[in-house]
Amino acid sequence: MKTHPSERPFYLALSVLGGGYALLVVLMIVANVAYTSPAHIIDTLRQPAIQASLWLTLWSCILAAAFSLLVGVPMGYLLARTKFRGKALLEAIMDIPVVLPPLIVGLSLLIIFNHFRIGGVSLEQWLNAHGVQFTFAAAGVVLAQFSVAAAFAVRTMRGTFEQMPARIEEVALTLGCTRWQAFRRVTLPLARRGMMAAFTVAWARSLGEFGPLLIFAGTTRGRTEVLSSSVFLELSVGRLEGAVAVSLIMIVVAVGVLLLVRKTGGTRI
Amino acid sequence: MIRVNDLCLRSDSFALSDIAFTVPTGAYAVLMGRSGCGKTTILEAICGLRPIQSGSIYLGTLEVTALSPAERKIGYVPQDHALFPHLNVHENLAFGLHARGLPSEERVEEIGVLLGISDLFGRTTAGLSGGEAQRVALGRALAFRPGVLLLDEPLSALDESTRDEMHSVLRSIREKTGVTTLHVTHLREDAKALADVVLELHGGKVRPVHSD
Repeated sequence: MKTHPSERPFYLALSVLGGGYALLVVLMIVANVAYTSPAHIIDTLRQPAIQASLWLTLWSCILAAAFSLLVGVPMGYLLARTKFRGKALLEAIMDIPVVLPPLIVGLSLLIIFNHFRIGGVSLEQWLNAHGVQFTFAAAGVVLAQFSVAAAFAVRTMRGTFEQMPARIEEVALTLGCTRWQAFRRVTLPLARRGMMAAFTVAWARSLGEFGPLLIFAGTTRGRTEVLSSSVFLELSVGRLEGAVAVSLIMIVVAVGVLLLVRKTGGTRI
Repeated sequence: MIRVNDLCLRSDSFALSDIAFTVPTGAYAVLMGRSGCGKTTILEAICGLRPIQSGSIYLGTLEVTALSPAERKIGYVPQDHALFPHLNVHENLAFGLHARGLPSEERVEEIGVLLGISDLFGRTTAGLSGGEAQRVALGRALAFRPGVLLLDEPLSALDESTRDEMHSVLRSIREKTGVTTLHVTHLREDAKALADVVLELHGGKVRPVHSD
Protein backbone atom coordinates (compact mmCIF):
# COMPACT_ATOMS: atom_id res chain seq x y z
CA MET A 1 0.00 0.00 0.00
CA LYS A 2 1.43 3.37 -1.02
CA THR A 3 0.75 6.09 1.50
CA HIS A 4 1.58 9.76 1.75
CA PRO A 5 4.46 10.35 4.20
CA SER A 6 2.16 12.38 6.44
CA GLU A 7 -0.18 9.39 6.82
CA ARG A 8 2.51 6.91 7.80
CA PRO A 9 2.36 7.51 11.60
CA PHE A 10 -1.39 6.87 11.46
CA TYR A 11 -1.04 3.53 9.70
CA LEU A 12 2.00 2.62 11.83
CA ALA A 13 -0.04 3.14 15.03
CA LEU A 14 -2.86 0.97 13.67
CA SER A 15 -0.41 -1.72 12.62
CA VAL A 16 1.32 -1.81 16.02
CA LEU A 17 -1.96 -2.05 17.93
CA GLY A 18 -3.63 -4.58 15.60
CA GLY A 19 -0.39 -6.44 14.90
CA GLY A 20 0.07 -7.15 18.61
CA TYR A 21 -2.98 -9.36 18.53
CA ALA A 22 -1.91 -11.10 15.32
CA LEU A 23 1.43 -11.80 17.01
CA LEU A 24 -0.33 -13.35 20.01
CA VAL A 25 -2.34 -15.70 17.74
CA VAL A 26 0.80 -16.75 15.89
CA LEU A 27 2.67 -17.26 19.19
CA MET A 28 -0.08 -19.55 20.48
CA ILE A 29 0.14 -21.75 17.40
CA VAL A 30 3.95 -21.72 17.41
CA ALA A 31 3.96 -22.65 21.11
CA ASN A 32 1.78 -25.67 20.40
CA VAL A 33 3.87 -26.73 17.42
CA ALA A 34 7.11 -26.33 19.37
CA TYR A 35 5.79 -28.40 22.26
CA THR A 36 5.05 -31.47 20.19
CA SER A 37 6.37 -33.33 17.14
CA PRO A 38 4.85 -34.89 14.00
CA ALA A 39 5.54 -38.36 15.44
CA HIS A 40 3.61 -37.46 18.56
CA ILE A 41 0.66 -36.18 16.55
CA ILE A 42 0.62 -39.37 14.46
CA ASP A 43 0.77 -41.49 17.63
CA THR A 44 -2.16 -39.52 19.03
CA LEU A 45 -4.12 -39.91 15.80
CA ARG A 46 -3.56 -43.70 15.94
CA GLN A 47 -5.39 -43.98 19.25
CA PRO A 48 -8.87 -45.45 18.65
CA ALA A 49 -10.37 -43.08 21.24
CA ILE A 50 -8.97 -40.02 19.42
CA GLN A 51 -10.09 -41.36 16.04
CA ALA A 52 -13.61 -41.83 17.41
CA SER A 53 -13.44 -38.36 18.93
CA LEU A 54 -12.32 -36.86 15.59
CA TRP A 55 -15.15 -38.52 13.66
CA LEU A 56 -17.76 -37.54 16.24
CA THR A 57 -16.42 -33.99 16.16
CA LEU A 58 -16.63 -33.79 12.38
CA TRP A 59 -20.16 -35.14 11.93
CA SER A 60 -21.62 -33.54 15.06
CA CYS A 61 -20.27 -30.13 14.01
CA ILE A 62 -21.64 -30.59 10.48
CA LEU A 63 -25.08 -31.57 11.82
CA ALA A 64 -25.11 -28.75 14.39
CA ALA A 65 -24.12 -26.23 11.69
CA ALA A 66 -26.75 -27.58 9.27
CA PHE A 67 -29.49 -27.32 11.92
CA SER A 68 -28.20 -23.84 12.84
CA LEU A 69 -28.56 -22.76 9.22
CA LEU A 70 -32.03 -24.29 9.10
CA VAL A 71 -33.19 -21.95 11.88
CA GLY A 72 -30.76 -19.13 11.08
CA VAL A 73 -32.17 -18.44 7.61
CA PRO A 74 -35.86 -18.02 8.60
CA MET A 75 -35.14 -16.24 11.88
CA GLY A 76 -32.54 -13.96 10.29
CA TYR A 77 -35.00 -13.08 7.52
CA LEU A 78 -37.83 -12.32 9.96
CA LEU A 79 -35.62 -10.10 12.11
CA ALA A 80 -34.14 -8.29 9.10
CA ARG A 81 -37.29 -7.77 7.05
CA THR A 82 -40.30 -7.56 9.35
CA LYS A 83 -41.63 -5.40 12.15
CA PHE A 84 -43.90 -6.99 14.73
CA ARG A 85 -44.96 -6.67 18.32
CA GLY A 86 -42.43 -8.33 20.59
CA LYS A 87 -39.57 -8.11 18.08
CA ALA A 88 -37.23 -6.47 20.63
CA LEU A 89 -37.94 -9.31 23.06
CA LEU A 90 -37.27 -11.92 20.37
CA GLU A 91 -33.99 -10.19 19.48
CA ALA A 92 -32.96 -10.30 23.13
CA ILE A 93 -33.88 -14.00 23.33
CA MET A 94 -31.77 -14.71 20.24
CA ASP A 95 -28.80 -13.01 21.92
CA ILE A 96 -29.06 -14.99 25.16
CA PRO A 97 -27.00 -18.00 23.95
CA VAL A 98 -24.31 -15.59 22.77
CA VAL A 99 -23.85 -13.92 26.15
CA LEU A 100 -24.80 -16.83 28.42
CA PRO A 101 -21.86 -18.66 30.07
CA PRO A 102 -21.62 -21.97 28.12
CA LEU A 103 -21.85 -24.07 31.28
CA ILE A 104 -25.29 -22.63 31.95
CA VAL A 105 -26.46 -23.69 28.48
CA GLY A 106 -25.52 -27.27 29.35
CA LEU A 107 -27.11 -27.07 32.77
CA SER A 108 -30.31 -25.64 31.29
CA LEU A 109 -30.49 -28.44 28.71
CA LEU A 110 -29.97 -31.00 31.45
CA ILE A 111 -32.87 -29.51 33.44
CA ILE A 112 -35.14 -29.34 30.36
CA PHE A 113 -34.56 -33.00 29.51
CA ASN A 114 -34.57 -34.40 33.01
CA HIS A 115 -37.05 -32.26 34.96
CA PHE A 116 -39.67 -31.18 32.41
CA ARG A 117 -42.39 -33.80 32.60
CA ILE A 118 -44.57 -35.27 29.87
CA GLY A 119 -47.31 -37.61 31.10
CA GLY A 120 -45.62 -38.11 34.46
CA VAL A 121 -42.13 -38.86 33.10
CA SER A 122 -39.19 -36.61 32.25
CA LEU A 123 -38.66 -35.52 28.64
CA GLU A 124 -35.56 -37.72 28.47
CA GLN A 125 -37.46 -40.75 29.79
CA TRP A 126 -40.27 -40.06 27.32
CA LEU A 127 -37.76 -39.83 24.46
CA ASN A 128 -35.98 -43.00 25.67
CA ALA A 129 -39.32 -44.83 25.55
CA HIS A 130 -39.50 -43.78 21.88
CA GLY A 131 -35.98 -45.00 21.17
CA VAL A 132 -34.20 -41.62 21.33
CA GLN A 133 -31.53 -40.60 23.83
CA PHE A 134 -30.13 -37.11 24.27
CA THR A 135 -28.61 -36.82 27.72
CA PHE A 136 -25.08 -38.30 27.76
CA ALA A 137 -25.48 -39.45 24.14
CA ALA A 138 -24.15 -38.35 20.75
CA ALA A 139 -27.47 -36.62 19.94
CA GLY A 140 -26.90 -34.54 23.07
CA VAL A 141 -23.52 -33.45 21.68
CA VAL A 142 -25.22 -32.14 18.56
CA LEU A 143 -28.01 -30.43 20.55
CA ALA A 144 -25.54 -28.77 22.94
CA GLN A 145 -23.45 -27.51 20.01
CA PHE A 146 -26.55 -26.37 18.12
CA SER A 147 -27.96 -24.50 21.14
CA VAL A 148 -25.10 -22.01 21.03
CA ALA A 149 -24.09 -22.14 17.35
CA ALA A 150 -27.60 -21.35 16.07
CA ALA A 151 -27.51 -17.92 17.73
CA PHE A 152 -24.42 -17.07 15.70
CA ALA A 153 -26.03 -18.36 12.52
CA VAL A 154 -29.08 -16.17 13.17
CA ARG A 155 -26.86 -13.12 13.65
CA THR A 156 -24.93 -13.82 10.45
CA MET A 157 -28.08 -14.42 8.39
CA ARG A 158 -29.77 -11.32 9.79
CA GLY A 159 -26.78 -9.24 8.69
CA THR A 160 -26.88 -10.89 5.27
CA PHE A 161 -30.56 -10.09 4.71
CA GLU A 162 -30.21 -6.55 6.07
CA GLN A 163 -27.54 -5.83 3.48
CA MET A 164 -29.70 -7.20 0.66
CA PRO A 165 -32.09 -4.57 -0.78
CA ALA A 166 -35.73 -5.52 -0.23
CA ARG A 167 -36.47 -3.83 -3.57
CA ILE A 168 -35.15 -6.83 -5.49
CA GLU A 169 -37.71 -9.13 -3.85
CA GLU A 170 -40.46 -6.56 -4.41
CA VAL A 171 -39.69 -6.48 -8.13
CA ALA A 172 -39.91 -10.29 -8.18
CA LEU A 173 -43.38 -10.00 -6.63
CA THR A 174 -44.54 -7.59 -9.34
CA LEU A 175 -43.14 -9.95 -11.98
CA GLY A 176 -45.48 -12.71 -10.84
CA CYS A 177 -43.81 -14.43 -7.88
CA THR A 178 -45.48 -15.34 -4.62
CA ARG A 179 -43.52 -14.57 -1.44
CA TRP A 180 -42.27 -18.17 -1.36
CA GLN A 181 -41.19 -18.02 -5.01
CA ALA A 182 -39.43 -14.68 -4.54
CA PHE A 183 -37.65 -16.09 -1.49
CA ARG A 184 -36.60 -19.27 -3.31
CA ARG A 185 -35.72 -17.76 -6.69
CA VAL A 186 -34.19 -14.44 -5.64
CA THR A 187 -33.49 -14.12 -1.92
CA LEU A 188 -31.87 -17.49 -1.24
CA PRO A 189 -29.55 -17.46 -4.27
CA LEU A 190 -28.41 -13.96 -3.32
CA ALA A 191 -27.89 -15.04 0.31
CA ARG A 192 -25.64 -17.95 -0.72
CA ARG A 193 -22.43 -16.38 0.57
CA GLY A 194 -24.10 -15.36 3.81
CA MET A 195 -25.40 -18.90 4.25
CA MET A 196 -21.92 -20.25 3.70
CA ALA A 197 -20.58 -17.80 6.28
CA ALA A 198 -23.35 -18.70 8.76
CA PHE A 199 -22.65 -22.41 8.31
CA THR A 200 -18.94 -21.90 8.88
CA VAL A 201 -19.40 -19.68 11.92
CA ALA A 202 -21.79 -22.24 13.41
CA TRP A 203 -19.41 -25.07 12.53
CA ALA A 204 -16.42 -23.32 14.09
CA ARG A 205 -18.41 -22.43 17.18
CA SER A 206 -19.54 -26.06 17.52
CA LEU A 207 -15.95 -27.25 17.17
CA GLY A 208 -14.85 -25.12 20.11
CA GLU A 209 -17.84 -25.94 22.32
CA PHE A 210 -16.95 -27.67 25.55
CA GLY A 211 -18.88 -26.44 28.63
CA PRO A 212 -22.42 -27.47 27.52
CA LEU A 213 -21.10 -30.81 26.24
CA LEU A 214 -19.38 -31.59 29.52
CA ILE A 215 -22.58 -31.09 31.51
CA PHE A 216 -25.28 -32.29 29.08
CA ALA A 217 -23.54 -34.95 26.98
CA GLY A 218 -20.62 -35.88 29.20
CA THR A 219 -17.14 -36.90 28.01
CA THR A 220 -17.47 -40.66 27.74
CA ARG A 221 -14.60 -42.09 25.67
CA GLY A 222 -15.79 -43.53 22.39
CA ARG A 223 -19.34 -42.29 22.95
CA THR A 224 -19.66 -38.54 23.57
CA GLU A 225 -16.01 -37.50 23.42
CA VAL A 226 -15.25 -34.79 20.89
CA LEU A 227 -11.88 -33.13 20.29
CA SER A 228 -12.49 -30.30 22.76
CA SER A 229 -13.28 -32.87 25.45
CA SER A 230 -10.28 -34.95 24.36
CA VAL A 231 -8.05 -32.00 25.27
CA PHE A 232 -9.75 -31.87 28.67
CA LEU A 233 -9.46 -35.64 29.20
CA GLU A 234 -5.78 -35.69 28.21
CA LEU A 235 -5.05 -32.80 30.57
CA SER A 236 -7.02 -34.38 33.38
CA VAL A 237 -4.76 -37.46 33.32
CA GLY A 238 -1.64 -35.28 33.14
CA ARG A 239 -0.81 -35.92 29.47
CA LEU A 240 0.02 -32.42 28.32
CA GLU A 241 1.65 -33.75 25.15
CA GLY A 242 -1.56 -35.53 24.16
CA ALA A 243 -3.61 -32.40 24.86
CA VAL A 244 -1.29 -30.30 22.70
CA ALA A 245 -1.39 -32.86 19.88
CA VAL A 246 -5.20 -32.89 19.91
CA SER A 247 -5.19 -29.07 19.98
CA LEU A 248 -3.01 -29.00 16.88
CA ILE A 249 -5.32 -31.49 15.17
CA MET A 250 -8.23 -29.13 15.98
CA ILE A 251 -6.32 -26.16 14.56
CA VAL A 252 -5.56 -28.07 11.34
CA VAL A 253 -9.20 -29.21 10.99
CA ALA A 254 -10.55 -25.70 11.66
CA VAL A 255 -8.15 -23.98 9.26
CA GLY A 256 -8.82 -26.66 6.63
CA VAL A 257 -12.57 -26.08 6.82
CA LEU A 258 -12.18 -22.30 6.73
CA LEU A 259 -9.96 -22.52 3.64
CA LEU A 260 -12.38 -24.95 1.97
CA VAL A 261 -15.31 -22.63 2.59
CA ARG A 262 -13.39 -19.61 1.33
CA LYS A 263 -12.44 -21.51 -1.81
CA THR A 264 -15.94 -22.80 -2.53
CA GLY A 265 -17.96 -19.84 -1.27
CA GLY A 266 -15.51 -17.05 -1.85
CA THR A 267 -16.57 -15.42 1.38
CA ARG A 268 -14.69 -13.73 4.18
CA ILE A 269 -15.86 -14.87 7.59
CA MET B 1 -56.43 3.06 -17.60
CA ILE B 2 -55.12 3.72 -14.11
CA ARG B 3 -57.67 5.21 -11.72
CA VAL B 4 -56.77 6.12 -8.15
CA ASN B 5 -59.64 7.15 -5.88
CA ASP B 6 -59.25 8.94 -2.54
CA LEU B 7 -56.07 7.11 -1.68
CA CYS B 8 -54.73 7.65 1.85
CA LEU B 9 -51.22 6.48 2.74
CA ARG B 10 -48.96 6.97 5.70
CA SER B 11 -45.22 6.44 5.91
CA ASP B 12 -42.73 7.17 8.69
CA SER B 13 -41.99 10.64 7.34
CA PHE B 14 -45.23 11.85 5.70
CA ALA B 15 -48.90 11.19 5.07
CA LEU B 16 -50.79 11.47 1.80
CA SER B 17 -54.55 11.79 1.82
CA ASP B 18 -57.30 11.85 -0.79
CA ILE B 19 -54.96 11.21 -3.70
CA ALA B 20 -57.06 10.93 -6.84
CA PHE B 21 -56.11 10.90 -10.52
CA THR B 22 -56.76 9.03 -13.75
CA VAL B 23 -54.41 8.02 -16.54
CA PRO B 24 -56.43 7.16 -19.68
CA THR B 25 -55.83 3.86 -21.47
CA GLY B 26 -52.73 4.03 -23.66
CA ALA B 27 -51.66 7.43 -22.31
CA TYR B 28 -48.19 8.34 -21.05
CA ALA B 29 -48.58 10.24 -17.78
CA VAL B 30 -45.75 11.91 -15.95
CA LEU B 31 -46.15 12.54 -12.23
CA MET B 32 -43.95 15.43 -11.14
CA GLY B 33 -42.99 16.51 -7.67
CA ARG B 34 -40.09 17.42 -5.43
CA SER B 35 -37.83 14.64 -4.15
CA GLY B 36 -39.25 13.02 -1.03
CA CYS B 37 -42.82 14.28 -1.50
CA GLY B 38 -44.31 10.79 -1.86
CA LYS B 39 -44.24 10.01 -5.60
CA THR B 40 -42.53 6.66 -5.11
CA THR B 41 -44.96 5.82 -2.31
CA ILE B 42 -47.89 6.27 -4.69
CA LEU B 43 -46.25 4.01 -7.29
CA GLU B 44 -45.57 1.36 -4.64
CA ALA B 45 -49.20 1.53 -3.53
CA ILE B 46 -50.41 1.03 -7.11
CA CYS B 47 -48.05 -1.96 -7.43
CA GLY B 48 -49.38 -3.44 -4.18
CA LEU B 49 -46.05 -3.18 -2.41
CA ARG B 50 -47.23 -0.71 0.23
CA PRO B 51 -50.38 -1.05 2.32
CA ILE B 52 -52.90 1.77 1.99
CA GLN B 53 -55.12 3.16 4.72
CA SER B 54 -58.14 3.80 2.52
CA GLY B 55 -59.16 4.45 -1.07
CA SER B 56 -59.26 2.28 -4.16
CA ILE B 57 -57.13 1.55 -7.22
CA TYR B 58 -58.50 0.42 -10.60
CA LEU B 59 -56.56 -0.87 -13.58
CA GLY B 60 -58.99 -0.70 -16.48
CA THR B 61 -62.30 -1.86 -15.04
CA LEU B 62 -60.69 -4.17 -12.49
CA GLU B 63 -60.35 -3.03 -8.90
CA VAL B 64 -56.92 -4.20 -7.76
CA THR B 65 -56.85 -2.61 -4.29
CA ALA B 66 -56.90 -5.98 -2.50
CA LEU B 67 -54.94 -7.98 -5.08
CA SER B 68 -51.36 -9.19 -4.59
CA PRO B 69 -48.58 -7.51 -6.64
CA ALA B 70 -48.42 -10.54 -8.96
CA GLU B 71 -52.17 -10.49 -9.65
CA ARG B 72 -52.10 -6.80 -10.65
CA LYS B 73 -49.96 -7.58 -13.73
CA ILE B 74 -48.08 -4.30 -13.56
CA GLY B 75 -44.68 -3.76 -15.14
CA TYR B 76 -42.60 -1.93 -12.54
CA VAL B 77 -39.20 -0.33 -13.01
CA PRO B 78 -37.73 0.99 -9.75
CA GLN B 79 -35.30 3.87 -9.61
CA ASP B 80 -32.30 1.62 -8.88
CA HIS B 81 -33.37 -0.91 -11.58
CA ALA B 82 -33.12 -3.76 -9.01
CA LEU B 83 -31.86 -6.20 -11.63
CA PHE B 84 -31.26 -9.70 -10.29
CA PRO B 85 -27.49 -9.90 -9.91
CA HIS B 86 -27.37 -13.71 -9.81
CA LEU B 87 -28.97 -13.95 -13.27
CA ASN B 88 -27.64 -12.83 -16.65
CA VAL B 89 -29.50 -10.38 -18.88
CA HIS B 90 -31.46 -13.08 -20.74
CA GLU B 91 -32.52 -14.69 -17.46
CA ASN B 92 -33.56 -11.31 -16.07
CA LEU B 93 -35.75 -10.70 -19.12
CA ALA B 94 -37.31 -14.16 -18.89
CA PHE B 95 -37.89 -14.01 -15.12
CA GLY B 96 -41.48 -12.69 -15.20
CA LEU B 97 -42.44 -15.06 -18.00
CA HIS B 98 -41.13 -18.07 -16.05
CA ALA B 99 -42.81 -16.86 -12.85
CA ARG B 100 -46.13 -16.69 -14.71
CA GLY B 101 -45.63 -19.99 -16.51
CA LEU B 102 -45.45 -18.33 -19.95
CA PRO B 103 -43.19 -19.38 -22.85
CA SER B 104 -40.12 -17.18 -22.80
CA GLU B 105 -37.71 -17.75 -25.68
CA GLU B 106 -39.54 -15.96 -28.50
CA ARG B 107 -40.75 -13.12 -26.29
CA VAL B 108 -37.28 -12.46 -24.88
CA GLU B 109 -35.96 -12.27 -28.46
CA GLU B 110 -38.70 -9.72 -29.30
CA ILE B 111 -37.87 -7.62 -26.24
CA GLY B 112 -34.18 -7.78 -27.11
CA VAL B 113 -34.93 -6.34 -30.56
CA LEU B 114 -37.40 -3.75 -29.23
CA LEU B 115 -34.89 -2.37 -26.74
CA GLY B 116 -31.70 -3.05 -28.71
CA ILE B 117 -30.23 -5.31 -26.03
CA SER B 118 -29.99 -8.63 -27.88
CA ASP B 119 -26.19 -8.47 -27.78
CA LEU B 120 -26.27 -8.19 -23.98
CA PHE B 121 -28.13 -11.47 -23.35
CA GLY B 122 -25.14 -13.42 -22.02
CA ARG B 123 -23.79 -10.59 -19.90
CA THR B 124 -24.05 -10.40 -16.13
CA THR B 125 -25.84 -7.34 -14.79
CA ALA B 126 -22.77 -6.13 -12.88
CA GLY B 127 -20.98 -4.85 -15.96
CA LEU B 128 -23.87 -2.97 -17.56
CA SER B 129 -23.76 0.80 -18.06
CA GLY B 130 -26.57 2.94 -16.63
CA GLY B 131 -28.38 3.11 -19.97
CA GLU B 132 -28.00 -0.64 -20.59
CA ALA B 133 -29.25 -1.50 -17.11
CA GLN B 134 -32.22 0.80 -17.65
CA ARG B 135 -33.12 -0.96 -20.92
CA VAL B 136 -32.84 -4.38 -19.29
CA ALA B 137 -35.05 -3.27 -16.38
CA LEU B 138 -37.59 -1.93 -18.89
CA GLY B 139 -37.44 -5.16 -20.90
CA ARG B 140 -37.90 -7.28 -17.80
CA ALA B 141 -40.98 -5.25 -16.83
CA LEU B 142 -42.47 -5.38 -20.35
CA ALA B 143 -41.72 -9.01 -21.19
CA PHE B 144 -44.93 -10.49 -19.75
CA ARG B 145 -47.03 -7.86 -21.61
CA PRO B 146 -48.36 -5.89 -18.63
CA GLY B 147 -51.37 -3.65 -19.13
CA VAL B 148 -49.72 -0.89 -17.14
CA LEU B 149 -46.10 0.27 -16.84
CA LEU B 150 -44.91 2.16 -13.76
CA LEU B 151 -41.55 3.90 -13.97
CA ASP B 152 -39.91 5.37 -10.87
CA GLU B 153 -37.42 8.12 -11.75
CA PRO B 154 -36.06 5.95 -14.57
CA LEU B 155 -33.81 8.58 -16.12
CA SER B 156 -32.61 10.60 -13.14
CA ALA B 157 -29.24 8.92 -12.81
CA LEU B 158 -28.38 9.09 -16.53
CA ASP B 159 -26.21 11.65 -18.28
CA GLU B 160 -27.85 14.04 -20.75
CA SER B 161 -27.07 12.16 -23.97
CA THR B 162 -28.14 8.80 -22.50
CA ARG B 163 -31.32 10.45 -21.23
CA ASP B 164 -32.13 11.74 -24.74
CA GLU B 165 -31.52 8.23 -26.06
CA MET B 166 -33.84 6.77 -23.40
CA HIS B 167 -36.55 9.33 -24.31
CA SER B 168 -36.51 7.83 -27.82
CA VAL B 169 -36.62 4.31 -26.39
CA LEU B 170 -39.62 5.15 -24.17
CA ARG B 171 -41.47 6.83 -27.08
CA SER B 172 -40.79 3.78 -29.23
CA ILE B 173 -42.10 1.42 -26.52
CA ARG B 174 -45.25 3.45 -26.24
CA GLU B 175 -45.83 3.42 -30.00
CA LYS B 176 -45.18 -0.30 -30.35
CA THR B 177 -46.92 -1.61 -27.22
CA GLY B 178 -49.55 1.00 -26.42
CA VAL B 179 -49.00 0.28 -22.73
CA THR B 180 -50.55 2.76 -20.28
CA THR B 181 -47.61 4.36 -18.50
CA LEU B 182 -47.18 6.32 -15.28
CA HIS B 183 -43.70 7.82 -15.07
CA VAL B 184 -42.59 9.48 -11.85
CA THR B 185 -39.87 12.11 -12.07
CA HIS B 186 -38.66 15.43 -10.77
CA LEU B 187 -37.21 16.35 -14.20
CA ARG B 188 -39.31 18.75 -16.29
CA GLU B 189 -37.59 17.67 -19.50
CA ASP B 190 -38.97 14.13 -19.06
CA ALA B 191 -42.48 15.54 -18.97
CA LYS B 192 -41.81 17.78 -22.00
CA ALA B 193 -40.33 14.93 -24.02
CA LEU B 194 -42.77 12.17 -23.17
CA ALA B 195 -46.01 13.13 -21.48
CA ASP B 196 -49.59 13.19 -22.77
CA VAL B 197 -50.77 13.87 -19.26
CA VAL B 198 -48.77 15.79 -16.65
CA LEU B 199 -49.68 15.44 -13.00
CA GLU B 200 -48.09 17.21 -10.06
CA LEU B 201 -47.86 16.04 -6.48
CA HIS B 202 -47.74 19.13 -4.31
CA GLY B 203 -48.78 19.63 -0.70
CA GLY B 204 -49.97 16.03 -0.47
CA LYS B 205 -52.39 16.35 -3.42
CA VAL B 206 -52.13 15.30 -7.06
CA ARG B 207 -53.29 17.89 -9.57
CA PRO B 208 -53.24 17.87 -13.37
CA VAL B 209 -50.87 20.38 -14.95
CA HIS B 210 -52.20 21.96 -18.13
CA SER B 211 -49.70 22.92 -20.79
CA ASP B 212 -49.76 26.52 -22.00
